[in-house]
Amino acid sequence: MTDLTRLSAAQLAEKLSSREVSAVEAVQAHLDRIGEVDPAINAFLHVNTDEALRVASEVDKERSIGDAMHPLAGVPIAVKDLIVTKGQPTTAGSKILEGWHSPYDATVVRRLRDARMPILGKTNLDEFAMGSSTEHSAYGPTRNPWDLDRIPGGSGGGSAAAVAAFEAPLALGTDTGGSIRQPGAVTGTVGVKPTYGGVSRYGAIAMASSLDQIGPVTRTVLDAALLHEVIGGHDPHDSTSLTDPVGALVEAARNADVKGMRIGVIKELQGEGYQDGVQARFNEALDLLRQAGANVVEVSCPNFKYALGAYYLIMPSEASSNLAKYDGVRFGMRVVPDGAPTIERVMGATRAAGFGDEVKRRIILGTYALSAGYYDAYYGSAQKVRTLIQRDFDAAFTQADVLISPTAPTTAFKLGEKLDDPLAMYLNDVATIPANMAGVPGISVPGGLADGLPVGVQFLAPARQDARLYRAGAALESLLEDTWGGPLLAQAPEIAGVK
Amino acid sequence: MTTATAEILSFEEAMEKFDPVLGFEVHVELNTRTKMFSSAPNAFGDTPNTNVTPVDLGLPGVLPVINRVAVESSIKIGLALGCKIAEKCHFARKNYFYPDTPKNFQTSQYDEPIAYDGSIDIELADGTVFTVEIERAHMEEDAGKLTHMGGATGRIQGAEFSLVDYNRAGVPLVEIVTKPIVGAGERAPELAKAYVAAIREIVKNLGVSDARMERGNVRCDANVSLKPKGQEKFGTRTETKNVNSLRAVEHAVRYEIQRHAAVLDGGGTITQETRHWHEDTRSTTAGRPKSDADDYRYFPEPDLVPVVTDDAWIEKLRSELPEPPAARRKRLQTDWGYADAEFRDVVNAGVMDSIEETIAAGVKPATARKWWMGEISRRAKVAEVEPAELGVTPALIVELQGLIDAGKINDKLSREVLDGVLAGEGTPTEVVAQRGLEVVSDDGALLEAIDGALAAQPDVADKIRGGKLQAVGAIVGGVMKATRGQADAGRVRQLILERLGVEG
Repeated sequence: MTDLTRLSAAQLAEKLSSREVSAVEAVQAHLDRIGEVDPAINAFLHVNTDEALRVASEVDKERSIGDAMHPLAGVPIAVKDLIVTKGQPTTAGSKILEGWHSPYDATVVRRLRDARMPILGKTNLDEFAMGSSTEHSAYGPTRNPWDLDRIPGGSGGGSAAAVAAFEAPLALGTDTGGSIRQPGAVTGTVGVKPTYGGVSRYGAIAMASSLDQIGPVTRTVLDAALLHEVIGGHDPHDSTSLTDPVGALVEAARNADVKGMRIGVIKELQGEGYQDGVQARFNEALDLLRQAGANVVEVSCPNFKYALGAYYLIMPSEASSNLAKYDGVRFGMRVVPDGAPTIERVMGATRAAGFGDEVKRRIILGTYALSAGYYDAYYGSAQKVRTLIQRDFDAAFTQADVLISPTAPTTAFKLGEKLDDPLAMYLNDVATIPANMAGVPGISVPGGLADGLPVGVQFLAPARQDARLYRAGAALESLLEDTWGGPLLAQAPEIAGVK
Repeated sequence: MTTATAEILSFEEAMEKFDPVLGFEVHVELNTRTKMFSSAPNAFGDTPNTNVTPVDLGLPGVLPVINRVAVESSIKIGLALGCKIAEKCHFARKNYFYPDTPKNFQTSQYDEPIAYDGSIDIELADGTVFTVEIERAHMEEDAGKLTHMGGATGRIQGAEFSLVDYNRAGVPLVEIVTKPIVGAGERAPELAKAYVAAIREIVKNLGVSDARMERGNVRCDANVSLKPKGQEKFGTRTETKNVNSLRAVEHAVRYEIQRHAAVLDGGGTITQETRHWHEDTRSTTAGRPKSDADDYRYFPEPDLVPVVTDDAWIEKLRSELPEPPAARRKRLQTDWGYADAEFRDVVNAGVMDSIEETIAAGVKPATARKWWMGEISRRAKVAEVEPAELGVTPALIVELQGLIDAGKINDKLSREVLDGVLAGEGTPTEVVAQRGLEVVSDDGALLEAIDGALAAQPDVADKIRGGKLQAVGAIVGGVMKATRGQADAGRVRQLILERLGVEG
């Protein structure tokens, strides 16, 4: 029998709907795989065994009596532990939420449940999604399935690693500055940050509200489109949610063709600072696209060089306010110091004990940037940069249908390598941040290997034109797989210590 | 905790030396069905922490959604205050840590209020009109309610622990901020009371708030500063927080004027701070120092999109506005034909609405006024309630007055009938029957009583026979006594004259 964990979500869905495979078998296969490899990977913070099997068995029953089912019914999924789920813990990778259970489901989780997709569990992340390596999780780092000594990217390293290690065919991530796309790049998986407002944020624990977006983490572009259509679309609980229909994304992924498509290479997001192997794979991808009939042009986005700096003002500013609620009063950890425990001291002690260093660093940065007398110079200026970045995108999209760049400047680095150098860590997101600043959608697709480690290629599209990402992404995926003779992940080594 | 009362100057002396400058921040709780940013019920007095959703508790992952009705109510308030309505405005986050604020920030409007630049005319008891300029009216959310336990005073100082009820957290508020009010002089305390009363009346009239001050629906922060007579520059202000009755507003402003005057007169300086009002001692004590540089790290609320208004929407809301209270008063006074002083008394007694309803039920304006300003007000005073709260309905007055007009009872008996009705003995007619209060209309019985009265006062009878008709009153009195008031005095008088053969 085929190893069910090696199937794409689309393939698995087909076998489920033809009843060749039962949902219980599919879920059990993934639970077995998690049991086998997760001790080495640490992608999961919580495995939702009983509920996943119960939902699967319900799906099997419903299907057996001929009920009309969602195409992905019975296809299991992992959920980043920044997204709240009823009946399971949600930690945001932080001690401060240890043991907390949400009384409500995030909108995306409700949509997964409506589609009857069993939730395998909650995946690891940098605390409150603050990081690019998943090393800032309070529950230990996640390891990259390609090399256990290396990071899986971040903040959504858990979701990317779970998908790359065949522990789940699908996962949800969140992307504030690249937390879906950069892990996708360094684990050889697909990650999509939808248009801002395209997927409801209700129930995604906020880091930076104006930048955060939930999106799919998968192994194929088609799978990402299938999942995107499940979670996308208007939600009255999210005021920033777009009212547009989610769009024909699956159709776009199936219609993979770049013939005549204008693809703009962003001049500022390559060359210096980009690892040689990353640049080489990127250039090869451009050649393939050209050969397939794409019209590859160069575009300039001169203000992108300010994006990282502006991001590190806006993101911490919003985060400092969003994280104020973690104070020990209503939920989560409460530390009562010795002596007279005034509310101020309880709040202080709780936050001191509950938050990790990177979270504290960003809260302090943000508090400072919003302070009276500094607001205009920092937050105000950063917002102006944001406008300039939007204008760069607007101009670039007059010359190109989609833009292209490497997703991350380097392949996966070693655990601990950049832990003491926040600025080096922040640079990982230099190519992904502009999309968040402008609210435009982006996708990272596997671009090959450099020194045996995955490289990602990023496409960006205008806001609300997510379908273009799927069309271009699926085309490149198909062109590359032809050169590799199959999916990139087929080249991944067996996970060390696992037979 | 009430500390020793500070030195104060007499109000008269304070007024000789200083001019007061006032400013008010009045918070109005809207009576929307649900909260400002969530679907939780907006209701007063329910079991603590039951009217909450994850949004009101600030749980991880939640997002706010603006209540459209609250925005419409805010626009109506803005229009009623003569304000301009913003074409586009947004919410901001006011960041501070306090356990009654679940997110540790309050979602409030900051630099872009929904309504701005208005004014209202405030009429004082003697008819003097002051125009108060409105700087802005902005939308925000209320905080939860803290109850400090274990201490002697109910304040946080000395408490062992505190309880928090989030039912109120997220209730929609409109904060109405005045521009500095100068020139009120010695009428400042009176103006303060009248201003808050006017705001309360306006929001109640609009139907956007229950406007019950005792429930905190309308809460006033009163700013006071003094400047020496003739000086242009304003002095340092204090802000007396949460003065929550009309009387207290008047007293608090008066007290702060006197206190400032004493400090300044003694060569001291006023500390810019918040003050707490103490009803028991009718004085204020220092709260926390407040500076204009309090750093709330305001920034635009990224979870909400701007509120955008358009002319069609605003005009629709404007068309829904009820008649303004001042215009209504003018109209009613004209319709009823009351003299200025009469009408002012009616307004000050708080019975204008009741009189309007009574007249609408078919009672003549003068009669309605007689009822509400007379018997009913008297009873209300005794019972220490508002006249409208006595349970006297317009229908009841119609029936009572009907009985009087038909000669079934007289004014005096009507009071007894009212006693019976209010004691739950039934309708006026039923009470008349049960208590046997009907006027004696049997001439035979009356004549018997008249003969008795004439016999008892033969000298009076002679005077009447001699043409001194004003002496009839003494005989009427005797008859009324004999019939325990249950006679129609007019009929009695007529019968006496007939009996004595005198032309009336």
